[in-house]
Amino acid sequence: MSTQEVRALSAPERRRKRGIITMAGLGAFALAIFGILPKNGEPVTYNFVLGNEWVLAKEIIVNSKNGSLFFAVIALLSVLLATLQFRARKTIRAASGIFGAAFLMSFLCWAAAGKFVPFTGLLQGALFLSVPLIFGAMAGVLSERSGVINIAIEGQLLAGAFMSGVIASLTQNKIAGLLIAPFAGMAISWLLAIFAIKYGIDQVVLGFVLNVLVIGLTNFLYKKLLIPYQSTWNSGGTFAPIEIPLLSKIPVIGPIFFSQSIIVYLMYAVVIIIHIALFKSKWGLRTRSVGEHPTAAESVGIDVNKIRFRNVLLAGAVAGLGGAFFTLGAVGSFSKEMTAGKGFIALAALIFGRWSPLGAVAAALIFGFADNLQGLLTITGTPIPSEFMLMAPYIATIIAVSGFVGKVRAPAADGVAYKRGGGSH
Amino acid sequence: MSLELRGITKRFGSLTANDSIDLSVADGEIHAILGENGAGKSTLMNIVYGLLSPDQGEIRVDGTTVAINTPLDALAAGIGMVHQHFMLIPVFTVAENIVLGHEKTKGPGLLDLEAARKEILRVSAEFNFDIDPDALVEDLPVGLQQRVEIIRALIYDAKVLILDEPTAVLTPQETDELLRNMKKLKDRGTSIVFITHKLREVKEAADKITIIRRGKVVGTASPSASQEELASLMVGRPVSLDVEKKEPDIGRVLLDVRNLNISDHTGRALVKNVSFELRAGEVLAVAGVQGNGQSELAEAIVGLQEHVHGDISLDGTEITHSSVREALHLGIAFVPESREEDGLIGSFSIEENLILDVHDMSPYANGPVISQSTVSEIAQKQISEFDIRTQSSKDPASSLSGGNKQKVVLARELSRPVKIVVASQPTRGLDVGSIEFVHERIISERDSGRGVLLFSTELDEVSALADRIAVMYRGEFIAIVPADTSREDLGLLMAGVKR
Amino acid sequence: MKLKKVILPALSFAMALFVSGLLVAFSDSKVLALKNQPLSMIGKGFATAGSAYWALFRGSIFDPQLAEGHFFQGFYPLSETLVAASPLILTGLSVALAFRAGLFNIGAQGQFIAGAIGASWVGFTFDLPVVIHALAAIAAALLFSGIYGGFVGLLKARTGAHEVIVTIMLNYVAGYFLLWLLSTTAFLRPGRQDPLAPEVKTTARLPHLFGSELRANLGFIVALTAAAVVWWLLNRSTWGFRFRAVGANAAASRTAGISVSRVTTSVMFIAGALAGLGGAVQILGSEPAMTAGVGGSFGFDAITVALLGRATPLGTVLAALLFGALRAGGLTMQASTETPLDLVLVIQALVVLFIAAPALIKSLFRLKSVEVGETVASKGWNG
Repeated sequence: MSTQEVRALSAPERRRKRGIITMAGLGAFALAIFGILPKNGEPVTYNFVLGNEWVLAKEIIVNSKNGSLFFAVIALLSVLLATLQFRARKTIRAASGIFGAAFLMSFLCWAAAGKFVPFTGLLQGALFLSVPLIFGAMAGVLSERSGVINIAIEGQLLAGAFMSGVIASLTQNKIAGLLIAPFAGMAISWLLAIFAIKYGIDQVVLGFVLNVLVIGLTNFLYKKLLIPYQSTWNSGGTFAPIEIPLLSKIPVIGPIFFSQSIIVYLMYAVVIIIHIALFKSKWGLRTRSVGEHPTAAESVGIDVNKIRFRNVLLAGAVAGLGGAFFTLGAVGSFSKEMTAGKGFIALAALIFGRWSPLGAVAAALIFGFADNLQGLLTITGTPIPSEFMLMAPYIATIIAVSGFVGKVRAPAADGVAYKRGGGSH
Repeated sequence: MSLELRGITKRFGSLTANDSIDLSVADGEIHAILGENGAGKSTLMNIVYGLLSPDQGEIRVDGTTVAINTPLDALAAGIGMVHQHFMLIPVFTVAENIVLGHEKTKGPGLLDLEAARKEILRVSAEFNFDIDPDALVEDLPVGLQQRVEIIRALIYDAKVLILDEPTAVLTPQETDELLRNMKKLKDRGTSIVFITHKLREVKEAADKITIIRRGKVVGTASPSASQEELASLMVGRPVSLDVEKKEPDIGRVLLDVRNLNISDHTGRALVKNVSFELRAGEVLAVAGVQGNGQSELAEAIVGLQEHVHGDISLDGTEITHSSVREALHLGIAFVPESREEDGLIGSFSIEENLILDVHDMSPYANGPVISQSTVSEIAQKQISEFDIRTQSSKDPASSLSGGNKQKVVLARELSRPVKIVVASQPTRGLDVGSIEFVHERIISERDSGRGVLLFSTELDEVSALADRIAVMYRGEFIAIVPADTSREDLGLLMAGVKR
Repeated sequence: MKLKKVILPALSFAMALFVSGLLVAFSDSKVLALKNQPLSMIGKGFATAGSAYWALFRGSIFDPQLAEGHFFQGFYPLSETLVAASPLILTGLSVALAFRAGLFNIGAQGQFIAGAIGASWVGFTFDLPVVIHALAAIAAALLFSGIYGGFVGLLKARTGAHEVIVTIMLNYVAGYFLLWLLSTTAFLRPGRQDPLAPEVKTTARLPHLFGSELRANLGFIVALTAAAVVWWLLNRSTWGFRFRAVGANAAASRTAGISVSRVTTSVMFIAGALAGLGGAVQILGSEPAMTAGVGGSFGFDAITVALLGRATPLGTVLAALLFGALRAGGLTMQASTETPLDLVLVIQALVVLFIAAPALIKSLFRLKSVEVGETVASKGWNG
């Protein structure tokens, strides 16, 4: 053995290193552009009170330049912390989290100079916009972890939105609408399952075509029935928020997480169950096995295609439920193509989160936040055109898949149809 | 437990892989199934294990007919299998792999791995296997991965254990140990079906031998039969086990590799500090257990590896960071390890495959236009020179047999002006006739003054062809030894033991 | 042989029309009102679907009413079909070419927009002589969209970023970028608030083919020429050989010395340029003033077009003509029978579903001898 052998960095370490370099760059950018460049600061008013939660502080007013400087310095300190953690061969997750929050605050102080920022409302809105993304991403996890690519999330969301709105309206019963939504999503994923698993068609192509099909169908029926007969067909209404006693009173956190509609509480449950089940249960072990190495799974007696079929249906159900949020959780009635590409952002969140449930949730929350911030800044006026803010999640995803977070690795057999006995002979 | 097969027939399209095969394995017997590559051994065993369904025939266990449609049926009937390509999920731990399909749960469907861990440790101790239940399978060397498969079969109480080409990935010493363990299992009352094409192992371990050729049983033999007898039964004609070759006429250095290091995209080192010279007129064989960096080294020489440090020069020209195209046209013929994946484009015609490397050069192309007639014309010549058996040069390459596919690759690679030949496992999976063709061709390249760098995991092949042998272990050239080094010494080197 | 290749698409199309016809019939309130009289309900249903499809025909091929005055005018709908098909042929070729090289270009939409921006900008900004102006506008479109597509290929070659994900994202980026552009002084038509660019100058327009009454223009010829070029490229040239080789087996191509990254980048450049040419044809041929909705669904329809055309140039042209006819006829159908245009989307999706699963059609019609041909085989994220 040679003595001069340099210890090569492992994959996660190289990723961390790249992450730290990127964070350092962004931190320096924040310091220079948000903190130092503006000539003089203007007051930014942060409001923290939304409803009837307990009040710690109603408003905080900071000078924009000072605020940006302060948070940029915090961001840079967190880079330092990350570097120390890296040297000690530990994960830099916490430091990255601090960095992200500090960077965003630095940006916010700069962008909202002289403006009023409803801070709690901003975060509540972010969660609100993340809900369909999270449901969609969970649908992606269920399907893709078992080896079936799910590009049809958009269609499943849209089908759920349509059916839940229509049924809630026809029966004048929102619960009925909510109950039907998973089945609508499942109908689409049933098609996905049949064509992908039974006929072995390319799943990306297939998902794409299914999206077109659902868009066509819902548009058609919307114009044919929902517009002319709006009062019977398209007046489902929305669920009222349910305030959880005590928890909803906690400042900032309460209004964000515990004063939401039933669909959001269902979402919490879905995320927690999927996360635990995927990594700790028999179902999860089998799901991951057919997504990684179906031949091996079959060799120990697992029916690969049955598991995939079931998971794809389940994915449709989850996405369908998420679709109900558009009608019953947000708007109260269906409108044409109301999912507006959220299914694709959910797909991006899935990839950004590296096919892990919690990672996907984190990515969905970031995308939701960016979306909501954009909305706020469009209203208050901002130095950046709103269109560029809207582009942010898409560009972030491109950056993510092209290597900032390393080569994102999909489940090994994701998207590859499985045929019995197709292995060696 | 006894296992009996009656009239098993399996067809894939027009190919009859198994033609009414009868076989009986007695209780507590080591029964070897001998046949060359493509004879239908694996198909037969995949049928017994329920991975394939036979078109005709029945399987009897202890005299009663059992229906085996899925691996679950086979496991229930007491049949276990150690596959040639391991059926393990790389990103799972040993314990997770072993419980998969037979999970015990606690509470609402949550996994309970405790019992499995204990079982693994127990079996592992009994056979001196040294397996950590919580290790990730992808971190284990192949030899240990095979043990995981054996442990799995034992934990599920297999009374008949099928071992499909189990020694292909082992060193001679590991092979000996496996053969000893097979006897140990036999003493415990387990019947073993041992699939192989290696005569020595059959003679050493088997109680009874069934020989299969082109999907049919052509005879049975006892282990006392001579190697020559077994070989001629297996191939259907007398086979010479040696390769005729004259003394090498060694010339100048053609390939000079200095301090070569290769890592994968995650930064893990695959090849460490390898240095050697390849001279004109010699065969330098690189031996070693599969997965010790041979593939990467071969690929790096033609420029197929990304993270390469060190120096490679071809006849004085530095090629370390040359493109593949430059390397090939400077005079390297490259026979990749996987014909199907890297050697050929299955959906392309034979003639198209023959011009993959030269399609945009004269005389095949005029500027940007490919000249179809020239392509066909030259293809005809190559087809007859390399004895490629095909109806038409326009047939897709995927329609060819393994041996003919390899001939297409050789025809393409050897039709350029070539200084050295880099061949990676050039006979893997081939029938004996094609193996002979490849061997003769390698020797004739050597004799016409080219350097041949041969990567092979088959020690017999290495010994037959090499003028010098390099042994690779964990990415290093652990030694370069003369061609007449004994099998035992090579085996120790392959296991990383330096003298 | 030739006939068999036609049977499958034809049956798929028939099935799609049938299923969509059911949708038209049974979503109609007058039909649903007859639910107590099943027989007349079915009759009414057939009549409703029939009249919708008749309107579809009138709107896409030949309209007897228009022909009454002047027979030639009866072909006005056919001219509209050609107008709708021209950009579709080009975007379809874009997707088909990428397919052949093993790449799934979902980004024709964004590339189309990039091309439209280029053509529109040169078209309304500069003053140039007749032919040269059009050529300059087309060149700008090819350049913008080529770079937009080539970037995807480069990213894939360099970092392994999956082109499906990158192109989906870039479609949105292009859409928002166009929206922003149309709010800037350079692109917003003076005196307007809504996103609308100035009209392209007449010097840059593509001439009409059959007189000023019919909108069919030189764009259709441009599209056919592009199809011929793509055919030659794929089947006769060394580039095409490499494209197909990489598409069929990238690993073997790399091993034989073909630079996969160069192929990926150049294929995506050409695919982008083809889609962008579609954008140019749209702007210079039929819609001289660029709006935020210029992309329509040309890029997405392109995928169904390429799939229906089995990724061959000729197939793509035929499929684009069919879908162009559906688009053109759909407008008439919507106007005269209250059947929403979106039915066309349903038909398109169904055709492709049926065609992608030949096994399904075969079992539905109990066909034995129809050759299945290459289905779109599954490759997966890591492939």
